[in-house]
Amino acid sequence: MLYAVVSGFGAALVAPLIHQSVRRWSGWLLVLLPLALFGYFASHMEQISDGEKIAFAYTWVPSLDVELAFMLDGLSLLFVLLVSGIGALIVLYGSAYLADHPQLGRFYAYLLMFMASMLGVALADNLITLFIFWELTSISSYLLIAFKHDYESSREAAKKALIVTGAGGLALLAGLILVGIEADTWTISELASRKDVIQEGGLYLPALLLILVGCFAKSAQFPFHFWLPYAMEAPTPVSAYLHSATMVKAGVYLLARLHPSLGGTDEWHAIVTGVGGLTMLIAGFIAWQHTDLKKILAYTTISALGILVFLLGIGTGLAVKGAMIFLLVHSLYKGALFMVAGSIDHETGTRDIAQLGDLAKSMPFTAVGAGLAALSMAGLPPLLGFIGKEIIYEATQEAHDLLPLVLTAAALLANIFNVAAAAMVTLKPFTGQAAHTPKHPHEAPLAMWIGPVVLGGFTLAFGVASNLLLKDFFAQTVAAVYGKPYEVKLGLWHGLNTTLVLSVVTLVAGGLLYAYLRQILPIVKPLNVGEKLGPDRLYDIGFEGILDFASLTERFFQNGHLRYYLMTIIFTLSSLLILTMTTQIDFDSIQLNVDDVLLHEYLLAGLMIAAAITITMTSSRLMAVAALGVVGYSVALLYVFYGAPDLAMTQFSIETLSVVVLVLVLYRLPKFKDFSTPRSRARDGIIAVMFGGLVTTLILIITSEPLQSRLSPYFAENSYVLAKGHNVVNVILVDFRGFDTMGEITVLGVAAIGIFALLKLRPSSRKEE
Amino acid sequence: MNILLILPILVPFITAILCLFFWGRVHFQERLTVAGMLILLIIGIALLSDVHENGIQTAQLGSWEAPFGITFAADMLSSIMVTITGLMGLMTALYSVVGMDETRERFGYYPLLNILLMGVCGAFLTGDVFNLYVWFEVMLIASFVLLALGGERAQLEGAIKYVTLNLVSSAIFLMATGILYSVTGTLNMADLHLVVGDVKQPGLVTVLAMMFLVAFGIKAAIFPLFFWLPASYHTPPVAVTTIFSGLLTKVGVYALIRFFTLIFVHDTNYTHTLILIASGFTMVVGVFGAVSQLEMRRLLSFHIVSQIGYLLMGLGIFTAASLAASIFFMVHVIIAKSALFLVSGVVNRLSGTYDLKKLGGLYKASPTLSILFFVPAMALAGIPPLSGFWAKFALVRAGLEAEDYLIVAISLFVSVFTLYSMIKIWSEAFLKKPKVTPGQINFREADWLQMLFPLAVLAGLTLVLGIAVDPVYQLAQEAAEQLMNPTLYVTTVLGGE
Repeated sequence: MLYAVVSGFGAALVAPLIHQSVRRWSGWLLVLLPLALFGYFASHMEQISDGEKIAFAYTWVPSLDVELAFMLDGLSLLFVLLVSGIGALIVLYGSAYLADHPQLGRFYAYLLMFMASMLGVALADNLITLFIFWELTSISSYLLIAFKHDYESSREAAKKALIVTGAGGLALLAGLILVGIEADTWTISELASRKDVIQEGGLYLPALLLILVGCFAKSAQFPFHFWLPYAMEAPTPVSAYLHSATMVKAGVYLLARLHPSLGGTDEWHAIVTGVGGLTMLIAGFIAWQHTDLKKILAYTTISALGILVFLLGIGTGLAVKGAMIFLLVHSLYKGALFMVAGSIDHETGTRDIAQLGDLAKSMPFTAVGAGLAALSMAGLPPLLGFIGKEIIYEATQEAHDLLPLVLTAAALLANIFNVAAAAMVTLKPFTGQAAHTPKHPHEAPLAMWIGPVVLGGFTLAFGVASNLLLKDFFAQTVAAVYGKPYEVKLGLWHGLNTTLVLSVVTLVAGGLLYAYLRQILPIVKPLNVGEKLGPDRLYDIGFEGILDFASLTERFFQNGHLRYYLMTIIFTLSSLLILTMTTQIDFDSIQLNVDDVLLHEYLLAGLMIAAAITITMTSSRLMAVAALGVVGYSVALLYVFYGAPDLAMTQFSIETLSVVVLVLVLYRLPKFKDFSTPRSRARDGIIAVMFGGLVTTLILIITSEPLQSRLSPYFAENSYVLAKGHNVVNVILVDFRGFDTMGEITVLGVAAIGIFALLKLRPSSRKEE
Repeated sequence: MNILLILPILVPFITAILCLFFWGRVHFQERLTVAGMLILLIIGIALLSDVHENGIQTAQLGSWEAPFGITFAADMLSSIMVTITGLMGLMTALYSVVGMDETRERFGYYPLLNILLMGVCGAFLTGDVFNLYVWFEVMLIASFVLLALGGERAQLEGAIKYVTLNLVSSAIFLMATGILYSVTGTLNMADLHLVVGDVKQPGLVTVLAMMFLVAFGIKAAIFPLFFWLPASYHTPPVAVTTIFSGLLTKVGVYALIRFFTLIFVHDTNYTHTLILIASGFTMVVGVFGAVSQLEMRRLLSFHIVSQIGYLLMGLGIFTAASLAASIFFMVHVIIAKSALFLVSGVVNRLSGTYDLKKLGGLYKASPTLSILFFVPAMALAGIPPLSGFWAKFALVRAGLEAEDYLIVAISLFVSVFTLYSMIKIWSEAFLKKPKVTPGQINFREADWLQMLFPLAVLAGLTLVLGIAVDPVYQLAQEAAEQLMNPTLYVTTVLGGE
């Protein structure tokens, strides 16, 4: 099974090369991979339907508890079949749709990379492995949305999608880790058995919220749904594949996958059902107000995802069954309709339904696919969509623990919107009067109409023979999500009951909405406050706000002035020292011994302070240099008093030399100018005094205890005996700590190179940059 | 005495001296340096496997027994850092052969590069506080000259800020070292571990910890001490920026990790909480700086700051898991960030600018370069299965396990903006139509390939480190275990006391 996942990545690597070598036939060649995968997974159908689970695990990162664990059960099989099956159709479709595009090779690469990632998501049995594939789908989605990268709208749409799903992904990561820590396992199939530990732990709610944010962002749930309509900037094959049939269902998949371990609590019901319900209504409401085919389909996709989340929130066996059937229903019809929309766009040059009509004559095959898909979307028998809708109504009515009436009403409304949208995307373009389109319409090539027809055919076959084809398999799918075995019966006829009445009401109301669209639109216009105040605007404002704040912070801290940088550093150090000293030092135990300070020592200290003050106050450079010399000489004198004559000698010579050099250099410079205001001088003064005071205090504290060095006696003892040198200081420099000296000599050598280069190498002396 | 500990200093040192002998023969210097760096890398690997198999290694210089002489000690952390230094040196040297202008090469570029690496290796291997100071000085002077080499106006302005602020760091470091010596009577790190507890005023040790925190914090470019970095890193040629970004701040981080696991561990509630606070601010302010930039190198420079925050996060959380995460993060970020800086250099060679407003069209112009940018950029943003993902995952997990929720939240928030800024470069420099068309690739084919080679190695490593993460991560864990059990280090250095 590892090969099944990895082969897609491998194929992605070579896809551009294959495309370069075989050109026209690359699509037909590359489609073999998803087809083979479809066949491979389908061959497990019988096993899975019998209730088996197939698991594989490969060690990967044992030090972080991540293994490449895969598991095939009813839920993952449903997903991988959709991913590979629709993937095959899309590769074909894309090969014709982008036939003349110079970057078709890259397109295949991204598409196959996505397919492999999505297979990984569906098969992963380790929380982190799942997350890895999850993020890879986001990245491939980004690359595909930005495919038409010359357009700013594409780039921005891709960025938005990536940031929203990426941010959601980070929340998800934190949530998954919390679950892993709490459950003490990273294997997904083991989580359900530790349901109690997870749900009773203190981290349940934060973990749940974080995971939900990730799922909702990915599956375009309110209030994170806004990235999806923008994602329609992607080439239509991408919209059909990623942004309706597969990737956006990853969030739904994860909700379903974690339902046995995280679901069933009040929080779960409230949040998941609530968000799903809100999403299906809001998006459904917006859908039929658009005229762009892809926009309509995008919003109905969000709405459909809302229905799925809504059902998983309810979480009864019936609701789960409804969700799984509807998931299949939606993937089939929505993939088909997007391909149809792409074909229409491709052949007529527009996808505005106001400009389209009577295409059934010129595009008959496409029309068949579109018709089947739309009938399923509207929920008409004998298509699978009808069955899906019936179960949804049954589930809402039976959700006794929640509010069955409200839920049923909400589902009804969402389905009515759906019917209207279904009518809009097929009746309008394919029937009625022929309209004038930018290009003369004709049938799309085989590679492009085969997709909708195949998907439409499946919808029909599954609808007619639902019990025969789907029963056993879906029993396993539902069991995987529900957490317990569940008997699944499917059929078109459920008897004369409320559910059937609801179905009829849905159709009639949806039909009326479509028929009187022109009259209704002006009435509902004022209700669209979302454009100004919705999450999309909030996101833009929020994100821009953070960016503005960011650049403000940047300009505040990185202001370009060295003096402020210095000030900040000194100030930081001082604050840390004050904080630490006041809280941690016991000042009472410190005794200052000032009695043994001699008069000449006082004098020397006074001299140094006076000289230091002179340096800061004087306006003459010469004076400053001289005062600096005074400080240096005084320090050297201190060495003399404390018995370090060789240090004093060194210090004397350095001080003399630096004063001489400084005077020579400064002589050539212009006069001092005073730029600072009295206020800034005062501020600088305070900081300087503060820091000086702190260091002084510190020294006083330290000198209150006698210095004990274990090193000095050792050096004194061994410098002659072992190192054969009389002068201890010299021996320290060249032997005991000779390596330090080598380093310092290197420093001097490098400084010499530096001075040479700075003097000799000027920009003007060079020809080019 | 293990010679492997001294060779990382000697090899670049001798290479530098040889380069000086052949001052006028630039091409010979190139070859010498590449060879030297290769040897350094091999030594690093040998040292790493030695320490991995035989435990911590030491060398007492001049055979003066510790704590009286200067001790060199290599634990896993040191060995990992030396190895990565060798790798970075080799990649930079390879890039410089084509990427560095000949004028700079004629004014001592290669000797300086070697001396810089000598300082870096010294800092990673020394077990003596004052000796560490000396290596810091070696690095400072070498980096200062490298930064100013060329004498362009922007370079000099950046170099002045760089050297001034780093000298402040040195001054604080020296002052703290003096005080440390006067209260403990020793400078040997292992010895210090034993005796800091005996200081009569325990608060005084914390005060010293603060001084070292600031001194190394400046070097590591943490908030609010990082100003020198964004002020200077974008001014020199890109090879110089690359080696700086890869190694210099990391020496600061290394020193912080060393000091705050070996010496200052008496009051972790106080010191390590402060580090955690600094880490949070560093991440946020760094990334905020990055998203505000329109100049590619400046953007990347601010990211260095932001990533330092992540490295400190592991130290602040202070568990074996978090330190392992930090060490792995460090390896990852050195590689990924260097790759990105090298890309910026190639971009500049192609388009003549670093300005994101003017750039564009590189996705069409060069698919190879596009991949070589996209992979490390996504690695930096923490996208799986690249190296950055594991670094982020390990760190977040360690944080959540230690129940440090706030810093985890901050790190994830920052991660979004890291992704955003990488996408910004990608979108502006690669995807969009350019204002000025990228110049013809006016290289000889061989030069072009040679320039891309180090880039490809580094970008490839972010992928390899992502997929074959386990062996490297185990080394990081081993290093963290050693850090959390300082007794090992201490007894190895001082003998079985």
